[in-house]
Amino acid sequence: MAKLTIPAQELMYSGHAACPGCGPALAMRLLLKGLGPRTILSIPACCWTVIATPYPTTALGVAVLDNAIEATGASVSGLRAAADAMHLKDVEVVGFAGDGGTADIGLQALSGMLERRTDAIYVMYDNEAYMNTGVQRSGATPQGAWTTTTPVGGGVRGKPEPKKDVMAIVLAHRPAYAATLNPSFPEDFDRKVARARSIEGPRFFHIFAPCPPGWKFDSAETIALGRLATDSGIFPLYEVVDGRLRITRKTGELKPVAEYLAAQGRFRHLGAEETARIQSEVRAEWDRLLRRERDDLSGSH
Amino acid sequence: MTVKVLSGNYAQSYAALLARAQVISAYPITPQTSIVEKIAEFVASGELDAQYVKVESEHSALQVCLSAAALGARTYTATSSQGLLLMHELLHWASGMRAPIVMGVVNRAVAPPWNIGADHADTMSQRDTGWVQFYAESNQEVLDTVLEAYRLAEHRDIRLPVMVTEDAFYLSHTVEPVDVPDPATVDAFLPRREPHAVLAPGRATRLGSFTGPDHYVDFRHDVGAAMDRVREVLPRVEQEYLALVGRELGGSLPTYRTEGADVVLVTMGTTTTTARGVVDDLRAEGRKVGLAKLRVFRPFPEDELRRLVADVARIGVVDRSFTFGRMGPAATEVSAALYTAANRPELTSFLAGIGGRDVTPHEVRRMFETLLSGEAPTTHWEDIEEEVKVDG
Repeated sequence: MAKLTIPAQELMYSGHAACPGCGPALAMRLLLKGLGPRTILSIPACCWTVIATPYPTTALGVAVLDNAIEATGASVSGLRAAADAMHLKDVEVVGFAGDGGTADIGLQALSGMLERRTDAIYVMYDNEAYMNTGVQRSGATPQGAWTTTTPVGGGVRGKPEPKKDVMAIVLAHRPAYAATLNPSFPEDFDRKVARARSIEGPRFFHIFAPCPPGWKFDSAETIALGRLATDSGIFPLYEVVDGRLRITRKTGELKPVAEYLAAQGRFRHLGAEETARIQSEVRAEWDRLLRRERDDLSGSH
Repeated sequence: MTVKVLSGNYAQSYAALLARAQVISAYPITPQTSIVEKIAEFVASGELDAQYVKVESEHSALQVCLSAAALGARTYTATSSQGLLLMHELLHWASGMRAPIVMGVVNRAVAPPWNIGADHADTMSQRDTGWVQFYAESNQEVLDTVLEAYRLAEHRDIRLPVMVTEDAFYLSHTVEPVDVPDPATVDAFLPRREPHAVLAPGRATRLGSFTGPDHYVDFRHDVGAAMDRVREVLPRVEQEYLALVGRELGGSLPTYRTEGADVVLVTMGTTTTTARGVVDDLRAEGRKVGLAKLRVFRPFPEDELRRLVADVARIGVVDRSFTFGRMGPAATEVSAALYTAANRPELTSFLAGIGGRDVTPHEVRRMFETLLSGEAPTTHWEDIEEEVKVDG
């Protein structure tokens, strides 16, 4: 039997308030295993405000600062400035925000944090909608997905617009490190956390975070769905260091996206034509990633 | 002590320097900008050992200070007008988190129409955010009050944010000789901030959190109680400042020639200086008039006010902004405070100096004469030529 490489330490405790099968809960657990106890988390209004449990309890074994939903980028800059001014050693400052708090209302502060080169990790845990308020569409909701504000019916087929490419926006700021992470691949996840910790400057994680009630799938299937997301090309795993992109999981031929879509109630209404369109977009994006990786490797980037 | 010729803005900058602020964050806005430009020079030259975080908005500027203060750093920011309005959400966060942030505010009109003149609508709109509010009359008072503000903000019985305001241009861009205390004197008055380790790296701690109504009400009550304690702590801090620096700061509601006054005018900020001269003129003519400067707006000095009006027949309150559908905001506060006074004088709300208009001695004299006439209206707009009629 292979030896487990994931750190044994647990900084997220039982008694948290996450739903069964919660992707964001898995994301936090794995993240803190890699970051360790001297992490200072800044968390805006999001599912994790609630998951961490109300005052006077906490489900996290680290220092946590709550912040306004749009302010996470600024908050990590403030924490880093104070840590430096007060000569606090070995602290890792981390913003942990949802996709709405990042792609929509928090985009300005994130851009500011990246541009001023704050030495901190910004995490967007992406459950692809405003889940804490009951599944409203965000800029990160994928095209065609049902949400309560993109209902299906009367000619409307879920969210009409494509998902905002937050990683492209982040990469335009030339961060010190950026990566996509998926709790369904814990070794890859942990390796990226360790890699990020070895680098100074603004770092960005886009974490895939399935939401059973919001996406409408069986909470026992979170890990399997996450694996399918990556292996179908919906959520490719890669990292970008010094502007060079490297794909960290390749399995030969991509699995059909139809399998991924069919596993979730939010895509139930999609017909063969819509599925074929999504398939061709995912394929094109995967090919683009492969080209970028090849170009970066050969130095022609 | 060194005398420097400083604008109100530079008085803010020198105060932040003397206070040894550790984290500074700001966004440019007229007429605040020269405050943070000067601080940038202090940091660049090494005079001030601080982290200066240049941000992309005022909202982020205040968040940087909030997060830095949560970790225990002494912070400073400054803004004005629209910038303060953008910060509004986080002003509530600052008091709720008991963050001892000190902020300079240059009082400026809010849009539309665009106007960069002196006007108190920006800070009056922040009345209920849980910030202590000081309104300065002179550049000297700006510098002294910012230093005092840190002592108050960080006091273990208070732990609330404090804003120190100054009128746009009349103070922000007008220079005066200012006594700048020696760093060692200020260090004695204002030692380094005591660590306030709610948010402690390496420990399971949380600041902000969420609660149901069971605990929420306690948090709100505690902010109010801390605000009330400013009334007790302020005189003690000012006594210490007097002993160490040798200057009186004046308390919440300093008065001028109110002995035996039939009529008292309440002013804020720079209007006070003009009114003081008018009081002298009228007193020389044998008119029984006096002046009170509303220096602290939150917590509101209601006891001082009730004592002040014990033998006063009429009181006028000069506001540089307007609460639509009511009267001047300071006038509403004075009016409310007088409800329980043994002697309740008649009250007039004067709206003057809006959007940076000059409040001239002539105009202040007219206010006193209106009050002395015995036929003062409830609300009076100074120098409004005609009312705009709306058809229908």
